[in-house]
Amino acid sequence: MQKKVIYEIKSLYRDDFQVMGYEFGSGENSVCIVGNTRGNEIQQIYVCSQLVKRLKAMEEEGKISEGHKILVIPSINPYSVNIQKRFWTTDNTDINRMFPGYHLGETTQRIAAGVFEEIKDYRYGMQFTSFYMPGKFTPHVRMMKTGFEDIELAKKFGMPYIILRNTRPYDTTTLNYNWQIWETNAFSIYTTSTNSIDTASEKMAIRSVLTFMNKEGIVEYQGHDGYISSVVDDRDMISVRTKMSGIFEEIVGVGDEVEKGQPLANIINPYEGEIVETLEAPADSIVFFAHDEPITYANTAVYKLIVKKA
Amino acid sequence: MIETIASVGLPVGEVLEIKKNRVQPDSGSNKNGKRISIVTGIHGDELEGQYVCYELIRRINEQRDKLTGIVDIYPAMNPLGIDSITRGIPAFDLDMNRLFPGNEDGDMTEYLAAKIINDVEGSDVVIDIHASNIYLTEIPQIRINELHKEWLVPMAEKTNIDFIWVHGASTVLESTFAYSLNSRNTPTLVVEMGVGMRITKEYGNQLVDGIFNLMREMGIWQGQTISPRKPVISDNPDDVVYLNASKSGVFVPKVKHWEKLKKGECIGNIINPLEGSVLDEIISPIDGILFTIREYPIVSEGSLIGRLLREEVVR
Repeated sequence: MQKKVIYEIKSLYRDDFQVMGYEFGSGENSVCIVGNTRGNEIQQIYVCSQLVKRLKAMEEEGKISEGHKILVIPSINPYSVNIQKRFWTTDNTDINRMFPGYHLGETTQRIAAGVFEEIKDYRYGMQFTSFYMPGKFTPHVRMMKTGFEDIELAKKFGMPYIILRNTRPYDTTTLNYNWQIWETNAFSIYTTSTNSIDTASEKMAIRSVLTFMNKEGIVEYQGHDGYISSVVDDRDMISVRTKMSGIFEEIVGVGDEVEKGQPLANIINPYEGEIVETLEAPADSIVFFAHDEPITYANTAVYKLIVKKA
Repeated sequence: MIETIASVGLPVGEVLEIKKNRVQPDSGSNKNGKRISIVTGIHGDELEGQYVCYELIRRINEQRDKLTGIVDIYPAMNPLGIDSITRGIPAFDLDMNRLFPGNEDGDMTEYLAAKIINDVEGSDVVIDIHASNIYLTEIPQIRINELHKEWLVPMAEKTNIDFIWVHGASTVLESTFAYSLNSRNTPTLVVEMGVGMRITKEYGNQLVDGIFNLMREMGIWQGQTISPRKPVISDNPDDVVYLNASKSGVFVPKVKHWEKLKKGECIGNIINPLEGSVLDEIISPIDGILFTIREYPIVSEGSLIGRLLREEVVR
């Protein structure tokens, strides 16, 4: 294992801002794995830390294949984590909206450029990331329909789902999109949680990444092959939205199977305690995403459901 | 007449409302049927537009009989942000100016964006007033996407601002308020002036003078107006030189905003208060004029210190 500084900025009063990378094996740039870009993506750092620990042991056992290099960057943004702020410490910009970056630009553009320079030539890119809304996910691989996406390759992770979605204007500045433009096969991997630790999905993620690398001949790993992934277009999922704001009382959680008409959650009047709304499943389905905050706003998609095929 | 254009119940005993004030001729007769909309407060930390809204209504009310069209004033597109000194929409931590055109069936933020667009769409001119951010002070200027240059520059020239900056198209900017309206044929001018969290009355008065001039040109104001100053216009990216901090420290300026500088002149220092040392001197790389200058002293490597417009463009 080689530990190296991927990018560094001197600070006036804080310790130096450093992006640390962990390299395993040597040879072609085969796989780059990135953890958090935002300060609340703690699960994403945790997954990477467990992967570093695992790869270190595998390297010592000679299980990294000859001619392959794996780079793990657990955190592109330790500064924001340390002050528990989601975006960049001073100007609140999002590093994952700054790619491919600009080395003469603003601070977060420079960080993006400095990191991207080091990671853009990898064959496979994997990013542990999070959703802009608070909630828990069924673990999945998410791909944008850029024209470069390779679904058959994504199936090698053996995650329960592969979600495809259309690109939006802001996507052009994400790491995933730019990796694809630079001809890296890029995957966004979602585990269950973001700012809390979920060990079950962390273990699934580690197993999935190792399974993928084993199938591509990059590591030697024998584990459970995982799932035959279901491929779902994001547009085919049903969003269940609140009509009312209030206290959110969950009845079913992520991964649960529900029948049409089954109650999913209640919205409670915060002063009088009455149930003002009960959300119901519009079809027989599986809960793919579930809101996990104690309050909710009106019009919020608090559940995303994958409809069961008849 | 004050109207609520969108409202959403918040979780605990409060309703979020976005309001506008429709100012129209007393008789109710809108002679030429035209409408100007003044929009501000999309970013909750930008307050320069607050004074402009106030002053515009105040001056109209002084000579109400001179008004012959509709003036719609939207002072607070992001009321929760303005209340809590938050640039984006609080709780969602989203930049409201990346949500347009929005979606009436979407979440609260998308819903609000859609209601705003629906209400403003169809105006004959929209002025979206921004105030840079808390880090940089800007000379009164209008920024125009090159896609809409031919159409918008002649309108912008009537508004008494100092500078018109025509910038390149970018995919990310497609989700802004101005782009959404311009692409629906509602002409929208984006003003940037002053600095976040402050009000610069001088700039506010300058723009209000310009808005009246534009209203007169539209035929909706019959009162006296100033003749607008002639703005510097730049549509070549090479006209603008960016100065970024090479070191993290505290920036102390030596020059004033909108000052003409010679190549080699010192703009300011980045100092280290702990050591009592100068970490870097910021030197002007060209002959030019400083139209953006750093306001917030703390800088990190890369922070923008200023923007210069080349001397040749200004002449």
